[in-house]
Amino acid sequence: MIYLTRRAEFSASHFYHNPDLSPEENRRIFGKCNNPHGHGHNYTLEVTVAGEIDPTTGMVLDLKDLKKLLEQEVLELMDHRFLNKEVPVFTKTIPTTENIAIQVWKLLAPKLSFGRLHRIRLYETPDLFVDYYGD
Amino acid sequence: MVYLTRRYRFAASHRLHSDGLTEERNRQVYGKCNNPYGHGHNYVLEVTVAGPVEPSTGMVYDLVKLDGIVQREVLERFDHTYLNLDVETFRHVVPTTENLCVEVFRLLDDKLREGATRPVPSLARVRLEETSSNYFEYAGGKELPRGR
Repeated sequence: MIYLTRRAEFSASHFYHNPDLSPEENRRIFGKCNNPHGHGHNYTLEVTVAGEIDPTTGMVLDLKDLKKLLEQEVLELMDHRFLNKEVPVFTKTIPTTENIAIQVWKLLAPKLSFGRLHRIRLYETPDLFVDYYGD
Repeated sequence: MVYLTRRYRFAASHRLHSDGLTEERNRQVYGKCNNPYGHGHNYVLEVTVAGPVEPSTGMVYDLVKLDGIVQREVLERFDHTYLNLDVETFRHVVPTTENLCVEVFRLLDDKLREGATRPVPSLARVRLEETSSNYFEYAGGKELPRGR
């Protein structure tokens, strides 16, 4: 078993707001992130796939295929978007980095025809990242 | 249990070409990486050792000793080489970064234990970065520890 990680970057804006809470509560919990006009980040996404090395090719999977899948499923949906307004799932779910990581897992897991999805790591800034293992 | 990771760098070239595939299939599978003269990378290697902290030294593993082992076993063997021609293992095994990662683990695993104080720290993980966009991790066939 070997683990392969591919990195991709995308930029998007978001804001944090829970309609079930009062405006004061929203401001108290989310602080600056509650600004309704949104703010942006350069996200770095790391997708880790586990698998066995094919003895003939010496590879777990074709990195080009994984790159293409990330572009099709994630970047086309989220890159240069205002997540709250333009990505359907985030009109109802707060687009925190935690929720984005979970959503990326849900988008990729059923489409992966090679190996096993092991981890989604999403950096919101170089100093903050979340890991999701599908459970 | 404490995990200690040390980072090293080496530069090498390789060509991805499998004798088990036709010329055409090699080009399909490996694309640019199949170019006949090879191409190079700056590899970033992370070696993670795990073990209890030894009470008398306060350390998991002697970093000077680790540096010496990695220098002899890995860097001297691979740095500034053409892996396909200069490294015996890769004359018949495709030097993908997957295979290189497993080979580095194999080379280090036994050596780390030699002369180590008890309890013996274990090689927990080898992480090998081929470019800033992709890396490979091998834990001797075991599940990777989470959160790292």
